[in-house]
Amino acid sequence: MSDEQTQTVPAEGTQEEQEEKRTVVRTQQVKKEYVMGEITVKALQGVDLEVYSGEYLSIMGPSGSGKSTLFNMVGGLDKPSEGKVYIDEVDVAQLDAYELAWLRCRKIGYIFQSFNLIPVMTALENVTLPMVFAGLTSDESRDKGMELLGKVGLAERYSHKPFELSGGQQQRVAVARALANDPAVVLADEPTANLDLRTGTEIIELLRDMNQDSGVTVISATHDHKMLSVSDRVVWVADGQVERIANREDLDIEVTHVEGE
Amino acid sequence: MSEAGRQLAGGREIVLPFSKAMEISILSLKIRFTRSLITTSGVILAIAFLMSVWSNNEIIGGLKDANKSEINLLLQKNGIETGSAEGDESSVAAQERMEEEQSKQAWLISLSLLVCVVGIANAMLMSVTERYREIGTMKCLGALDSFIVKLFLLESTFQGFAGTSVGIVIGLGLTLLLALLDYGTNVFTYFPVAGLATSALYALVVGTLLSLIGAMLPAYRAAKMEPVEAMRSDT
Repeated sequence: MSDEQTQTVPAEGTQEEQEEKRTVVRTQQVKKEYVMGEITVKALQGVDLEVYSGEYLSIMGPSGSGKSTLFNMVGGLDKPSEGKVYIDEVDVAQLDAYELAWLRCRKIGYIFQSFNLIPVMTALENVTLPMVFAGLTSDESRDKGMELLGKVGLAERYSHKPFELSGGQQQRVAVARALANDPAVVLADEPTANLDLRTGTEIIELLRDMNQDSGVTVISATHDHKMLSVSDRVVWVADGQVERIANREDLDIEVTHVEGE
Repeated sequence: MSEAGRQLAGGREIVLPFSKAMEISILSLKIRFTRSLITTSGVILAIAFLMSVWSNNEIIGGLKDANKSEINLLLQKNGIETGSAEGDESSVAAQERMEEEQSKQAWLISLSLLVCVVGIANAMLMSVTERYREIGTMKCLGALDSFIVKLFLLESTFQGFAGTSVGIVIGLGLTLLLALLDYGTNVFTYFPVAGLATSALYALVVGTLLSLIGAMLPAYRAAKMEPVEAMRSDT
């Protein structure tokens, strides 16, 4: 990846044009330290990031860059050592266990690298599980679950168990499950890492479609350069800090370049 | 709780209906059938032993109460003192022997039950470790700690209930078979139905309760797991 072809856009610079956009996730000087024996590892060293409602944001960075830590913070899976994380204007650090569970259930949809479907449940049951937690009746959740499975193109396979589905199909079910309770944010943790090129592209396109159709905010952590072409913005993380943030317009040249290789 | 937090909760709740919890735990048992079977076999053995001791006591008791000379003869042949045949001094000695026998039995039973609980706890801990990602995923989907506890306890209770039922049948069956060999059809003539039923009921309660106790620590550990574990790809 060549740096000179990407125009670096500082976070503040975008504020004016984004002003009418609603911020769905905001981090303020987030720091995270892990104590490992006698060594203190500074995973994040003061990250300010705003994620706007309806955008498709990719977080990129090598392993050990703090990318995963930042991703977990943004998803309410981890609490910062210092600084604040706001999800839907709610300070995550202030929430108790019940409220956090509520937040995860209703506001955030998770997509994992290794799909993480519950192995004992059928595709439909996997999709409806978050709805069950949210208190929907079984009829309501079945209808909605079938509708979502239809959207990801797996309506006929609703009764299949995860091991009867291919990796790409499992990830589709996971996408449907992530959208179960109409979350404000979908968090995708390297969603294409365990998929081949073609299936990976399909999943990325599916996420993009969902993002455009239902306006759900998608945040994904990735190494995958295919992801760049659909992202509205890309955040590069290095050494626990945001290295640069780029808009899609500024990325097009680079993507073509990468794909040409 | 912050103002914003209260707003967030908004009175709406997250739930896991009991029927759904039952469904999930039964499914989990089914998919790990072999494993469940091994765990359950511990319960089966312990309860079979418990039940055989109890039912043996009941059957012998029933025969003793019959107080028929030919049965008493058979009992004595098997080394069991009968009320009618002895004088005063030997009765005291017999009493002592019986008490000693009983305390030995109680000791053996508690040991076997203890081993059973440890076995269940061990198997459940393994099951929890094996399912870290599944538990983490559920938590990401909004499961509360209590949901996870509920699922594991239910699972263990079902397992315990099934194992105990089988154990009761095996224990009772074997004891009955041995008693038939020793005392012939007299066993059925003086069959202590009520006593055996009570024993079976107690055994059922004991077995199920033990499974529940054995699963408590593992369930607690599972519930305390961080949802971020679900993100780890190496497990």
